[in-house]
Amino acid sequence: MSLRVDQDHARFKQIIRGKIRQNLRRYISKGELIGKQGKELVSIPIPQIDIPRFRFTDKQGGGVSQGDGNPGDPLGQGGDPQPGQGEAGSSAGEHVLEVDVSLEDLAEILGEELELPKIEDKGKSRIAKQRDRYVGLRKVGPNSLRHFRKTFRQALRRQIALGTYDPKHPVIVPVRDDLRFRSYRTEIEPVANAVILYMMDVSGSMGDEQKEIVRIESFWIDTWLRHQYLGLETRFIIHDAVAREVDRETFFRTRESGGTMISSAYKLASEIVEQNYPASEWNIYLFHFSDGDNWSVDDTLLCVQLLKDKLLPCANAFCYGQVESPYGSGQFIKDLDEHFKGDERVLTSEIKDRDGIVDSIKEFLGKGK
Amino acid sequence: MAQFALKTALPAYLRDEERKIEAHARSYGLDFFPTMFEVLPYDHMNEIAAYGGFPSRYPHWRFGMHFEELRKSAEYGLSTIYEMVINNNPAVAYLLEGNSMVDQKLVMAHVYGHVDFFKNNFAFSATDLGKDPVTGEPIRKWIDAMANHGAVMRRWANRVGIEKIEAFVDDCLSLENLIDPYRPHQRASKSESPLNESAAYDKPGEELPRLRVDRDYMEQYINPNEFLEAQRRKVETEATRTKKTPEEADRDVMGFLLENAPLEPWERDVLAIIRREAYYFAPQAQTKIMNEGWATYWHSKILTEKAADGSEIIDYADRCAGVLATSPERLNPYKLGVELYRHIEDRWNKGQFGKEWDECDDLAARQTWDRRLGLGRKKLFEVRSHYTDVTFIDEFLTPEFVAEQKLFAFGYNPKNDRFEVETRKFATVKQRLLFQLTNAGNPIICVEDANHKNRGELLISHDHQGIDLRQDYAQAVLVSLERVWHRPVELKTMVEGKPVFLRFDGNEHRVKNDQVRG
Repeated sequence: MSLRVDQDHARFKQIIRGKIRQNLRRYISKGELIGKQGKELVSIPIPQIDIPRFRFTDKQGGGVSQGDGNPGDPLGQGGDPQPGQGEAGSSAGEHVLEVDVSLEDLAEILGEELELPKIEDKGKSRIAKQRDRYVGLRKVGPNSLRHFRKTFRQALRRQIALGTYDPKHPVIVPVRDDLRFRSYRTEIEPVANAVILYMMDVSGSMGDEQKEIVRIESFWIDTWLRHQYLGLETRFIIHDAVAREVDRETFFRTRESGGTMISSAYKLASEIVEQNYPASEWNIYLFHFSDGDNWSVDDTLLCVQLLKDKLLPCANAFCYGQVESPYGSGQFIKDLDEHFKGDERVLTSEIKDRDGIVDSIKEFLGKGK
Repeated sequence: MAQFALKTALPAYLRDEERKIEAHARSYGLDFFPTMFEVLPYDHMNEIAAYGGFPSRYPHWRFGMHFEELRKSAEYGLSTIYEMVINNNPAVAYLLEGNSMVDQKLVMAHVYGHVDFFKNNFAFSATDLGKDPVTGEPIRKWIDAMANHGAVMRRWANRVGIEKIEAFVDDCLSLENLIDPYRPHQRASKSESPLNESAAYDKPGEELPRLRVDRDYMEQYINPNEFLEAQRRKVETEATRTKKTPEEADRDVMGFLLENAPLEPWERDVLAIIRREAYYFAPQAQTKIMNEGWATYWHSKILTEKAADGSEIIDYADRCAGVLATSPERLNPYKLGVELYRHIEDRWNKGQFGKEWDECDDLAARQTWDRRLGLGRKKLFEVRSHYTDVTFIDEFLTPEFVAEQKLFAFGYNPKNDRFEVETRKFATVKQRLLFQLTNAGNPIICVEDANHKNRGELLISHDHQGIDLRQDYAQAVLVSLERVWHRPVELKTMVEGKPVFLRFDGNEHRVKNDQVRG
């Protein structure tokens, strides 16, 4: 149903979008959005969308209210207003509006703000797969799909309506009209044709703050790439001196204490890619986050070798983010830059703190790889 | 607009109830405009609520924002709008489709209370658009007026562009609360005030400044007529130059801008529209407690004494308790209003007023005081006609009432970083309440000088009464004001007890702490 207010509502949404764009850097560096993420929507707190007016400061005036309590007792905190209550009086809380924005929109805003180019798909794009799903009921169908419970319920309903149902002698006989069958719908699902492999160093020198930075950055990378490809898979690898594949939860939670051998992760990554993601069909993204303190020069050389021989030939991009830890920033980023000078597939970025996240995202995704 | 056309006429069973309740309301002596009820599904209800009760307004994003808020809180079950009524003649009220019968009855009774208040309270006479020459009834075709405002804005938007209009509307809305709610009740203009001539006549005529002449016969040569003429002109120009605009501080900042700011025709229209609407809504802000209290008083009377049948009374009580629920965080105007009316009714029924009552300080005698005058109802009707919230509280709030209703004053305690109950003292509670209601809770701002520093800058002042302005908001408003005035603007206020000037010159903000200027 169309409403007259729709136009104003659309305009409001547009303004909200502008606000989000304005404040995007703050949202990114604070990580505010990630906690509020639903399946497809993100709730974003928008400050100060109200129209400024001359008004009093909140904390000097106080006001009048009613109820129990002695001088010095706090007013109840943040209770929900009762239904039917009016607006008069002064409320203690600050008003923050939360708006829902779809991840799709968020990605677009990110793209506009950071001027990210569209990515050229190098895989066999948009392969679609048909799938049948049982979604509802219908009155005709093969007996093998008959829905027993619904059928009898329908029959019961009919008998009660007709008055032929006798509770003392509860016999229910379905007739043809009562029959209910499961019905299916054919859905076309895009087949994932892009994969992100996140690798993270979880050695002792990577603290909670460093992991948080990685978490925030990976959220935005996910959001952007998901917007670019119809289907997206993500895989996670953690490593210290040895590497293993984990799920998302573990990826961000694990803390180890061992040393760092980056080559272990690259080895595992190349195995995963080789086994599951043929380069001809997949867009492969490799992201590696570390504080850059590799075990030895030999291992670094091994890493370079692995990248050159195995990983780079099949990947769209290899992105290395070096997160500064309390123990300083390591040597690895310089080694990479040296070995892959001029290679467009290798993107490196140093992330000093949370404020560096935005620039790092831009460095990784700004090339349109 | 056919796509928006709705079938909103009342179904027959509601029409029957409407007739009954209207008859009950009249039998109590309520005197209201003809009232039309319409039934709306909830999303249309939210839409109309977002538009402030009107089916058609000018286009603006904030209506969309209100709609979003209302829709969300309705979908999450946080709040439902049961009724809405527009101060219009004939009045229009909306019922929510699918409400139970007892809810609909309650809402109708409530609405008749509101409409009686709209018609009879003096503050609402400010919303009259004229008088019907035949019946003498006030003309209040505000639904039409608001729709016309929308049409005017849309036409301008077609000519100058929606973005420009919208930006200017935003600026004007920042100034929306800078009106003088008492203006409609004052003399319309200076032309009707007593003439200045009599005052001027009494002043001794000032001599024109002449050059000194020792010998009378030299007069004509030293002070020739041409010279005297020139002197006179000089005196006159001097007099006009020192004349200040405005002559007295003017609280109707919007009106002042409308008359004096260098505006494009479309800007003038937009500003005029927003100012008119601000004046239309002002009486509702001035009488929130009285108005809601009055409607609650009457729905309660009509339902419990007449309209509700036995099976409905529990549901009615439940609903009514929801409406009157109190919480320490916010004052419920429905509750405060209805209780104060009942308090007044009780006092006037028992004769607890007048010299004798005021002078009686025997507590026992006061408690049992009952003169059986039965003047309560009569007094109530009088009160609803002649008071606004401020005078209502000022005159009728009593220490007994404050104690009985458990009213308290609260304030912010920086030590604990929270709002706390401060005191239950009558004097403090009353003073706080009055402050909260004065100017509908808005700071009092006046135009002081339109030719500030003799540079055509605008000086406005905040009448500081103990509470500072929020500075970030104030500065944002100055930005809007500068856009309307097209010259630098300055606000005189106080921060933490010291005079402060906030200034915005179109590029940057400055905050000056005293009157010394560089």
